[in-house]
Formats: sequence, structure tokens, C-alpha cells
Amino acid sequence: MPKDTGIGASPKRREDVRFLTGKGRYTDDINLMGQAHVVFLRSDVAHGRITSIDTSAAEAMEGVIRVFTGKDFAEVGGIPCGWQITSIDGSVMQEPKHPVLADGKVRHVGDPIAAVVAETRDQAKDACEAIEVDIESLPAVIDMKAAVKPDAPKVHDDLTSNLCYDWGFVQENKDAVDRAISEAAHVTTLELVNNRLIANPMEPRVAVGDYTSHDDHSTLYTTSQNPHVIRLLMGAFVLGIPEHKLRVVAPDVGGGFGTKIFHYAEEAFCTFAAKALERPVKWTSSRSEAFMSDAHGRDHVTKIELALDAEHNFTALRTETYANMGAYLSTFAPSVPTWLHGTLMAGNYKTPLIYVNVKAVFTNTVPVDAYRGAGRPEATFQLERVVDKAARELGVDPVELRRKNFITEFPYATPVAVEYDTGDYNATMDKLLELIDRDGFPARRAESEARGKLRGLGINSYIEACGIAPSHLVGQLGARAGLYESATVRVNATGGLVVMTGSHSHGQGHETSFPQVVADMIGIPEDQIEIVHGDTANTPMGMGTYGSRSLAVGGSAIYRATEKIIAKAKKIAAHLMEASDQDIELKDGRFTVAGTDKSVAWGDVTLAAYVPHNYPLEEIEPGLEETAFYDPNNFTYPSGAYACEVEVDPETGKVEVLAFAAADDFGNVVNPMIVEGQVHGGLAQGIGQALLENCAYDADGQLLSASYMDYAMPRAHDFPMFTVDSSCQTPCTHNPLGVKGCGEAGAIGSPPSVVNAVIDALASGGHEVGHIDMPLTPPRVWHAMHGGTPNQGAAQPAAHSEETTHDRSVAGAATNV
Amino acid sequence: MYDFELVRPTNLQEAIEALQAEDAQALGGGQTLLPTMKARLAMADRLVALSGIAEIKGICTDDNGRICIGGGTTHAAVQSGCAETFPALASLAGRIGDPAVRNRGTIGGSLANNDPSACYPAAALACNATIVTQNREIPADEYFLGMFTTALEEGEIVTEVKFPVPQAAHYEKFIQPASRFPLVAVFVARYADGVRVAVTGASSDGVFRWGEAEAALSADFSEDAARGLTAPDAGGMISDLHGDGAYRAHLVKVMCARAVKACL
Ligand SMILES: Cc1cc2nc3c(=O)[nH]c(=O)nc-3n(C[C@H](O)[C@H](O)[C@H](O)COP(=O)(O)OP(=O)(O)OC[C@H]3O[C@@H](n4cnc5c(N)ncnc54)[C@H](O)[C@@H]3O)c2cc1C
Repeated sequence: MPKDTGIGASPKRREDVRFLTGKGRYTDDINLMGQAHVVFLRSDVAHGRITSIDTSAAEAMEGVIRVFTGKDFAEVGGIPCGWQITSIDGSVMQEPKHPVLADGKVRHVGDPIAAVVAETRDQAKDACEAIEVDIESLPAVIDMKAAVKPDAPKVHDDLTSNLCYDWGFVQENKDAVDRAISEAAHVTTLELVNNRLIANPMEPRVAVGDYTSHDDHSTLYTTSQNPHVIRLLMGAFVLGIPEHKLRVVAPDVGGGFGTKIFHYAEEAFCTFAAKALERPVKWTSSRSEAFMSDAHGRDHVTKIELALDAEHNFTALRTETYANMGAYLSTFAPSVPTWLHGTLMAGNYKTPLIYVNVKAVFTNTVPVDAYRGAGRPEATFQLERVVDKAARELGVDPVELRRKNFITEFPYATPVAVEYDTGDYNATMDKLLELIDRDGFPARRAESEARGKLRGLGINSYIEACGIAPSHLVGQLGARAGLYESATVRVNATGGLVVMTGSHSHGQGHETSFPQVVADMIGIPEDQIEIVHGDTANTPMGMGTYGSRSLAVGGSAIYRATEKIIAKAKKIAAHLMEASDQDIELKDGRFTVAGTDKSVAWGDVTLAAYVPHNYPLEEIEPGLEETAFYDPNNFTYPSGAYACEVEVDPETGKVEVLAFAAADDFGNVVNPMIVEGQVHGGLAQGIGQALLENCAYDADGQLLSASYMDYAMPRAHDFPMFTVDSSCQTPCTHNPLGVKGCGEAGAIGSPPSVVNAVIDALASGGHEVGHIDMPLTPPRVWHAMHGGTPNQGAAQPAAHSEETTHDRSVAGAATNV
Repeated sequence: MYDFELVRPTNLQEAIEALQAEDAQALGGGQTLLPTMKARLAMADRLVALSGIAEIKGICTDDNGRICIGGGTTHAAVQSGCAETFPALASLAGRIGDPAVRNRGTIGGSLANNDPSACYPAAALACNATIVTQNREIPADEYFLGMFTTALEEGEIVTEVKFPVPQAAHYEKFIQPASRFPLVAVFVARYADGVRVAVTGASSDGVFRWGEAEAALSADFSEDAARGLTAPDAGGMISDLHGDGAYRAHLVKVMCARAVKACL
């Protein structure tokens, strides 16, 4: 019988009632008295020197309150970066200034040059068009390998080159890895691109700055995954506002996927301008602005080499990756290709020797940072592709090759600095083969062939590191923040309680799953528990939501705070029943004295805590409120096996996904329905990356996929029904809930299954194609089948082209008769 | 969006007069015009909404058996209204955009806009439909003058489109994955006196008739005949993010063969 309450039950998401009835309260729903609107003038060239800005005409226009340019921010700090990487030679990474508004140069299409604050948004837009800016165009650097050549134009004049850092990991292993590869029985080599993506949350970013002069307080309402982090970064590094004078509120947020973790210039601008003008200032991103100002994701170009001995044991792995940072360092950008990527290169395998080299490069493109999975999808993709290619080259079963090399004993210390606590990769693989009915595949393939179609099955494993992160460890790795999480549990006199959490929910369903944990521990109904999040004024300092950390880290903080509550409540109950607190048991919301029939209800105890007439005041304080900060002592390691079955139309190259199965090990599961939903969403984004999504720039740095006319978002009808299973469970050994995290798995594990499946389908039709770069669009697949050059070449960050659908339509409509 | 004046005439004559003003533009379903205006990429001093004019809406059959569709008829109305009488056209209309687009967008707007990737131009050209305005009747063969260009003059309104109904017809559409407009689509129409084949999405000159295919299929209306064709020259084909010219040229041939197969 499935449970209907507590841990393991699947109550419907309580927050959905307000979302589905249009009652969500998003940042754009916040309109303050006297509010003004800002519109940013953004660069339409990728690289240029600003020779003059004339704002006089704009300032004279109706409704305009003030026009800001870079010089207004001379006294203000740059947008900071939260992570520092050290290069092989011991030098720290190059860290350019990221001004709120461009000072002297523009460095990507979309870089803000000036900002008009006006009474209405339309007036601000009109005035923006009246600003006269002269920009001397400079050659743009887009291609990463060209960007690091000695004569390349520099994105930042004051840096020595466009190389941010050159990271080697683990450097001490390098010689041994080189030797093992040169002595190997077989080496499989693969060059590939991990395509640049745009997160595209349904809600674009919004910021509302407010300032009250009577108490000198600033407030920022913003679409953020982590309001405390924004308060710290913006207050301390940009605007110089102490945290006790600054409140950051992230109300309902309509999806983040990583891109709302970071501190953005627009947030600092609105907070700054609100104080300067003593009026609330609001910015609402248009969808077009989102394409050119939200941090992008992925964009790696990698060469990977896998060495095997004669028995097909993996003996060494070596990678060289170029990682695009874009024009500036976004908040966590340097950590993504390094600590979130290099540490995962062992995957599920006991490869003894691994060396990872990452060159992070500045280019004239939008900054790149974490996007669902962040580094781990890049690691999984290259590893699971190269293993599949090796199996093909050696003529062995790809599943058997994986099984042969699986790690089977835990804990397992990898050669890339992490220790996996638990896992059972054969179990998830067994489950997967059953879900996808691998034995029935030859018959299904024959049936497709009879219809003139090529059918392929792609299978892979994955592992990721979640529950981010042990503070002492990430501190050594260059993080400039701690990564604990916090919770305050405030019990009311009548027994209901409020959990104030530092985690932030923007689609994850925390308001439903967190109460399940507390309800389970105390034995009261879930509707007695309210979750409060997203406001620095009423939640303890927390680090927010990303990296599949909320339940593993935030949930553990809630668990610890609730333990403290229960311990104190037992003391009160012991007093009421005149027993020793050692003998008190709590079950189903009642305290009993072991071995007696004495009992008091939860509500009797909570009332006593606040009406302490009969109360041990000499031993404990009145009230029932506890806070816990939980800092994990390791990452968690969700893992699993995924399979994708596709049909390729050989005439057009079109790929159809016929089936997708996922067997995940997330440890313990609190709400199976929410977990399934998270996996579905991740799969949609992962399969979307593999088949549809592509953020493309041309050689001049113009963003080609600048609207939904050219950026292909997946839709429901692009997918089959997913088969998702999380019954294989090896609970995490080091957090109190035994949970591992499920938010990113789908996006991490699925791209290689799709590509493996297409390569398999093509091979069945006699087309031996080594690799096709994502997205596997019909023309790319078709060209690959016909011996064309499907790969965009390792040096190309994205597809190049002269024009876009959007340009064409726009040009036409504007000149329409 | 820049400010503009909205005029809502209730009959054709008022609309014609309202369009005489300087910088006035017709507003059909607004599914192309309004997004462009919102992005401030198009502007007009005055929009003349055609949606309130009953006389340019609706579907009927004339004495010559032609299906006559009012210029202000929505894609959804064509989808349901032609389901029995001209299923190939109904199916084309039913695959444009999504329900919201189909309930607003109009056949007149689509033909006036002549997007190189639009669906209706392929049907109109393959059927040599007659495009009717307040001033004249224009055969489709003389109407499409290249990407976003038509024979319409300033102030001219598409009031009606008359389709001779083919013996067999099919519209084969291969979508561009982002916009879901055709990457390449082919409309094949078979009449007693021959076969016409119109291609959209492929050429940088907009919709065109594929002469070689028409000749071959008029002689032998079979899938084999279509498959025996050489793909059209890739030279004039659109090359963009979603497919190069060679791929589009190849698709023209494949879509044509599939359309023929569906006709049989
Ligand atoms: C999401 C989306 C998906 C779409 N997918 C497709 C697709 O797959 N295939 C496809 O073909 N189209 C597609 N479209 C376009 C859609 O079909 C439009 O409705 C059509 O192109 C324009 O028709 P409209 O009535 O909306 O015209 P409007 O946008 O109102 O006007 C377009 C132009 O035509 C002029 N005009 C309008 N009506 C008349 C008239 N009666 N006489 C003279 N001039 C007129 C206007 O002045 C304007 O210049 C899509 C649109 C959207 C928003």
C-alpha cells in the first residue's frame, strides 16, 4: 500500500492550487506606490569601444526621470564572481571587472550601455531610442580556440589574454595518465561539442528596487533562486550596503534552472537607482532581452581519450576542454567546468588514472554559468559517448563493457578527489534493461526496418555529485561562500508550525515535500505545517536552491531543527507527566511515558511552551522555536542508467524518440510523484539539448537564435511517455534523511542516451558515423549519413549561418505593402 | 509597440476608405503584424482591423465549383469549413501554428504577407487560385513576386480567394523545429489538365512552382515518377541555422514524392 501521508507519500503539490488558478505572486506582480520603470539600452554589436554617449535628447523627453550611464557607477563595485580557480602554473584566474553599465567598452550583444528611468515603461523605451551612442566596432572573438591565439583581439584590454585559467586536475596524475595512454592496448578518441543552451524559464527575470529614507533601508524584489546570496554579493561587493540595511525578497519564481542563481547587473541597478531617486524602480525583462542577458549554459569543446587494456578494463582517461566563460565571469561560472565537471570524470567506472585539463576562455558572448546539471552533464556526455564509441570500435556489447568497469565496492575514492558513499550501478542497469525491454529490441528494429526506418537503442550510465556542498571542501576548492543550509522551526501555541527555510522553491514543490518530513517526524498532519522561504527578512541565512541540494542539505537542516524541537518538547512533556524525559516517546502526535498509559497530546505541550504556568522554567526557556544550520560532510551521489529508443527517417534525417526509460537511484524518496516530475522535466531539457536546442552565434558575435523563431524549445509532443523508476535505492550514508537529490539527473543522464541511440540506428543502416554534435537536427543527421561533415568542428562553439528565420520575417513584415 | 490609431470598420467600403490615410495598414488576425509591432520592428499610424467585416468572411462554392474563401476567414474556419470539400486545404490550415494562431490568423493576411515559409501560398500557387481584391482578380501565377512581395498595391485588401478544387491534392510539411513553420513544404494538386507542384520554405525567392516535377507528374502521376526526379538546384535555396541549401533542395524532392504518394 502506498502511504498517504509523511515520507514516501505522494500528496498533490499544495502550491499548484495558487499557480494553476492564476494566484501566484511573482515579482512582476509587485507594483509599489510611486514606482518608476527602467529600460536598458543594450549593445547590438558584440565588441566595440564607446566613443560617445549623448543622453540629452532622451533626458528631455516626456516622463523621463533620469538617464544613467557607466560613469554614474564609477563609485560602485563590479558584479562579483563567487569562485576562484587556480591554474596549473599556480597563478589565480584572470578576473575582469564586470561593470553594472558598460564603461568604455561593450563586450557582447546585449551588454547594457545606458538605462532610462521614466514614469512608464513605454516612455523609457522611447527615450532609450533617443540616446545617441557612437561605438567603434572591434573584431569580435567568438571561437574559443581562436580566442586563445596570441594575436587574438582581447575581450578585456587589461587582461594578459582571453584565457581565464588553465586548470589541470589532478596535476600529479598527468605523467602517469600520459604513460598509460601511450602503452594502452586500445585508445578511443572523441572530439565533441557540448552545445550552448539558453535556460528559458517561463518567467523572465524581473527586479524591483525600493528605498525608504526614514530608516535608510533598501529592498530588492527579484526573480532569484537564492535571495541571501544576492543580498551578500550585491550588498557587500557592489553597492556597499550592510546586510542589516538590505532586504532581498524572491517571491514566487517561475522556474530558474540555474540561470536565476546569479547576481545580475539589473538587480544592482534597480537597488542603486531606487536609492538615488528615492523612488521604487522596476525592470521587467522582455523575452528578447532574456535571450541576450540571462546567463547561458554549457558551451564546452572537448577532446577525450579513453585507454583500455586487452581485457577491456579502462586504464586511463584524459580530457582537454575549452570552456566558454562569455564576456564576463558570472557568479559561479569558473566552478562549472572545473569542480562540477572534473570531479565527475570517473563516472561509474573504476578507471584508475584520470587527467582533466580545462581552459576557460573569454569571448564576446553572453556570460555562461550553471544550467541544470552544471558541469555534470558535460562530464557525463563525453564519458558515456566515448565508452559507447569504444564498445563499437572493439565490437563488444556497450552494456557489458560498462558492467565490466563498474565500481562495485563502496565507499569508493575516485582518482579525481571525491568519495562515493553508496551506489549499485548494476542494480539500476538491470532495472533499466527490464524497463526498456532490451530483449525485445531486435524484433522492434525489424518492424521499423520493414517500414523503411532505422531504429536505434542507446544506453548509458550516469553519476552526479549533488547535495552541494561541504563548506570546508569547497573552500579549499576556491569557493568564496559556504554551502550549508538553514532552517528555523517555529511552533505555535496551538500546535501548528512554520518552517523558515533558506532553500528556495521555484518549481521543486518544497511547500509540499518539506512538510512531509516534519509531519513524519512529529506525527501531525501536513496541513499543520507552513513553509516560508524567499525573504531575507524572515528566513535564516541560507544558500538557496541549485545543485539538487534542497532536500539533501535544506531538508537535513529542517530535520535537525525538528529534532531539537522534539527534544525540547519531550522535556516539557516529561514535566507535564512527571516523568523523566529519557522515557518519553513521541508517536502520531502524542507523547507517552514508556511502559505506562500516561500520555499528553502534541498540542498540550505546545500550549504549555507558550503559556508556561505549569512549566520547568528553571530548566528550560518558554517557547518552542529552534534553528539549525546543516553543513554536509560529503556530496551525495545519485546515479542510474538511462535508455533511449529512436527511429531515424533515413530520407530526411529526422529523429523521433519512441521510448525513454530512466532507472535512478536517488536514495530515499520523500515524495515519489514530485521526484517523477523532476525527472520528467530534466529529461525534457536533456533530450531537448540532444535534439533541438542550440544557442548559435555568427562569426561577428550576432546571436542567431535570439527568439523562439530560431531557438527550438521542446514541446510535449516531441516526447513519448517516459518510463521512470526510482525503486533502486542505496540511501545516502551521511545525511539524516538518506536522500541524494533528483533535480538534475534527467538533464545529466539523457543527452548521451539520445546520441548513442542515433549512432546505433545509423550503424544498423550501414552508416558508420563516429559522432554527431548536438543538437541532432535533421540536416546534421542527414549530412552525417551522406558522408558530409556533420560536426561543426571542435573549434566551433555553435552552428554558424548567415541568417535567421526571425531576421527574415522581421525584414519582410516591416516592408510589407 | 508604438502608438497607433485603431479603426474598426464594419463593412468593406469603410475599410477601403480608412486605408487611404497616410501610413495606414490592414490588420487581419494580427498573428504576424502584432508581434512585429510589439518588438517595435514595425510601425503604422493607423491599423484598420478587418475582423469586423462580415462580407469578407466565410466559405462557399461558386457556379464553377470553385471554393471561395473570404479574405478575413480564419485558419480554424478553413480547417472545419473545407474538411469535406477540400481536405488537403483543411489539413494545411489545421497545421498552421497552434489553436490560438488558427483562431485569429486569416488566409488574407497570410497571402498578403507572403512569408517565404508560409503555408497558404503553396496551396494558392499549386491550385492557381484567384486572389480577389476590391479592384481586381489576380491569378496566383501573377500574384507572388518573391519573398514578402506580392502584386497587391497600397490599400488593396484581399477580400476573397477562389480555389479550383483538384481531383487529388496533398500538402506535405516538414517543420522547422523552432518556429514550426515549414522548413520545406510541398503542395501537389492534380487537375484534369495536369499536375501543379508548389514549394514553400525552400527558396529565397519565396514560394515557387517546380516545373520539372509538374512535367514528370503530369505525364505519370506516380510515386516512382516523383522519386525519379533530380532535386532542384540548391543554389537559390535558403541556407540558415536550420538547414543548408543542399538539404532543403533534397527535402523538396522527398516532400514532393510523399505528397504524391498521399494523393494516390
Ligand atoms: C506561433 C505562430 C505560428 C505560426 N505558424 C505558421 C505556420 O506554420 N504556417 C503559416 O503559414 N503561418 C504560420 N503563422 C502565421 C499565421 O498564419 C499568420 O496568421 C499569417 O501569416 C498572417 O495572417 P494574419 O491574419 O494574422 O495577418 P496580420 O498579422 O494581421 O497581417 C499580416 C500582413 O498582412 C496584411 N493583411 C492582413 N490581412 C489582409 C488582407 N485581407 N488584405 C491585405 N492585406 C492584409 C497586414 O497589413 C500585414 O502586413 C504562425 C504565426 C504564429 C504567431
